[in-house]
Amino acid sequence: MPLIKEGVLAEDNWQSLADEDNLVDGPIVVSLERWQEERESLLARNTPLGLRLRSDQSPALVVDDLERFSVVALEFPKFADGRAYSYARLLRDRYGFKGEVRAVGHVFRDQFLLMQRCGFDAFEVADPAAVEAWEQAVSEISVTYQPGADARRPALALRRSRPAVA
Amino acid sequence: MYRYDEFDHTLVSERVHQFRDQVERRLAGELTEDQFKPLRLMNGLYLQLHAYMLRVAVPYGTLSSTQMRKLAFVARRYDKGYGHFTTRQNIQFNWPKLEETPDILAELAEVEMHAIQTSGNCIRNTTSDQFAGAAADEIEDPRVYCEIIRQWSTLHPEFTFLPRKFKIAVTGADHDRAAVRVHDIGLQMCRNEAGEVGFEVIVGGGLGRTPVIGQTIREFLPKQHLLSYLEAILRVYNQLGRRDNLYKARIKILVRSEGIESFSRMVEEEWSHIKDSALQLPLDEIARIENYFAAPRYEHLDDNVREFEVKRFEDREFASWVRTNVTAHKQPGYAVATISLKPVGKPPGDASAWQMDAVADLAESYSFSEIRVTHEQNLVLAHVKKADLYALWLGLRDLELATPNAGLLSDMIACPGLDYCNLANARSIPVAQRISERFSDLERQHDIGALKIKISGCINACGHHHVGHIGLLGVDKKGEEFYQITLGGSADENTAIGKIVGPAFSYDDVVGAVEDIVDTYLEYRTDGEEFNDTYRRVGLAPFKEKLYAAH
Ligand code: SF4
Repeated sequence: MPLIKEGVLAEDNWQSLADEDNLVDGPIVVSLERWQEERESLLARNTPLGLRLRSDQSPALVVDDLERFSVVALEFPKFADGRAYSYARLLRDRYGFKGEVRAVGHVFRDQFLLMQRCGFDAFEVADPAAVEAWEQAVSEISVTYQPGADARRPALALRRSRPAVA
Repeated sequence: MYRYDEFDHTLVSERVHQFRDQVERRLAGELTEDQFKPLRLMNGLYLQLHAYMLRVAVPYGTLSSTQMRKLAFVARRYDKGYGHFTTRQNIQFNWPKLEETPDILAELAEVEMHAIQTSGNCIRNTTSDQFAGAAADEIEDPRVYCEIIRQWSTLHPEFTFLPRKFKIAVTGADHDRAAVRVHDIGLQMCRNEAGEVGFEVIVGGGLGRTPVIGQTIREFLPKQHLLSYLEAILRVYNQLGRRDNLYKARIKILVRSEGIESFSRMVEEEWSHIKDSALQLPLDEIARIENYFAAPRYEHLDDNVREFEVKRFEDREFASWVRTNVTAHKQPGYAVATISLKPVGKPPGDASAWQMDAVADLAESYSFSEIRVTHEQNLVLAHVKKADLYALWLGLRDLELATPNAGLLSDMIACPGLDYCNLANARSIPVAQRISERFSDLERQHDIGALKIKISGCINACGHHHVGHIGLLGVDKKGEEFYQITLGGSADENTAIGKIVGPAFSYDDVVGAVEDIVDTYLEYRTDGEEFNDTYRRVGLAPFKEKLYAAH
């Protein structure tokens, strides 16, 4: 599946394993259940590890282990399921997670801006055309009214920092 | 009134471009209807029974004359010459063409209007007291905070895909005209012991198929923490609200299943982390917004206006309009005028393009160019000199907008119902029309006094039937339209959900049933009692007896 990072098509070094898949060499992403069951053996491998959370699994469940993961993949089982937006904010703002936060599942261009604002920085898309749409999708609305997990400055901050007009 | 600065302008016009691009992708077949649906809904565009419907936001119900003229223009140019004001203080156009909707939005953007978040599972238009800024019992103008909430909630990246739609209402007055206890979040401005102004926060109210009265989650929230507290509530709801069942997805269900204590603990815990973040409102930002809502330049007048009293004495029709449609203003010599959009036999809330233009003119002449839309689907001119009321009334009469029925029986709320809405079980508007024809004698309505009849075409309760003194709910009985009647509901500070009186009535019989209920009330009421007073005293029994003995 095409992966967008920093606005361009990126190589995906990660293999996302289903729970019944055998472990493979190299960086892998596992489910929360697998992490909980095979924690010691996964750690013993000494290869980068990623965690995949369903939309009913909050990162709050793994706060103490977060530093062991280089990637947290948050699932969008459908377009309208917006829980992972909050999870991404928690990962970034609350738990200070510095690794990759990846959007997987139903990920479309019309969500890129929202996702980026909530702290996602990697996007698995089904439609390769979404890659070309990236630039427009994250820039077509330039004003933000709320502080987010991204670097955009909200209107309030910009208003306060501009010189007063008489 | 709030005026856009460059940031607001930029956002709204970029949003128009974005939507134009989405519509083009749809028309070119790059987007399927399924993919397009969530996108169009985020811009207020619904697909209804016969056509698209565009719902335009009127933030907290306040419009300028310029904006009203633009709505008239849109009605004329892109619709069939009229618009429909809704119970959410918005306006709907029922016949736009898909390919023209970006142009409509571009027209609206010119006058600082948009259709953002008028549908979809996001934070909707924040509603408020239609008498804001004019009411004598007001602590502060609630629209200041509505505007602050409007900005914060606009394209909020985290809360665009909530479990369900989310409605916030704010009132600054003791008498609640904004129905804050039946919203997902209600904010009631209040003072703490130190005399500081803040909010009582109410959560989990709502109508729909499971009507619930909201509960207080925080007795006093200081102003500067408004947004962080809202964000905390929304964040808890976004994660824990049910997504498996459309009918259990509103926050009221979550609050009820968690219990208010436990829900409140989760919110407070979340809040403790973000309370002192960038969400904190600087006092100078509050002051900046307050400036926009500063009182208009009132003249210093005596509250006793002779020419007004004389006209009232001379002209009985005028006097009767004043009695129902004119309310006290906090400024001496001024009054608040309600323009009824409920003439006998017409769909509640409809206004034609020429009426909109003319109201814009009247507002310009008599009310500082400002108009309010009420959740009871009327319009309000909030700052009229008493000395001008007669001239205003004459103007309204020429427009067929001087029906003296504000607050009376024929000032009904009715949802679009089966005439427009594909979820409906039954017609709403024709029932409202028939009731207003049955009671067309205004003398009789004045005798009956204040009475709220509310009609919904199905259990989704867009007509707020649960909180009507008399509520009518359209139900389907073997393919026929029937109406279940509830009594005793109320949306003000004494919020109550109406009780079902008994078996439903057919389309033909329902108007007679309403008349029986009104007659029973008249028979039992004692001096000064309003409908709900009598109802609470005598209970359902006498109404039942009358209804089911006679039918
Ligand atoms: S109450 Fe039902 S019929 Fe009426 S507008 Fe709402 S969904 Fe449609």
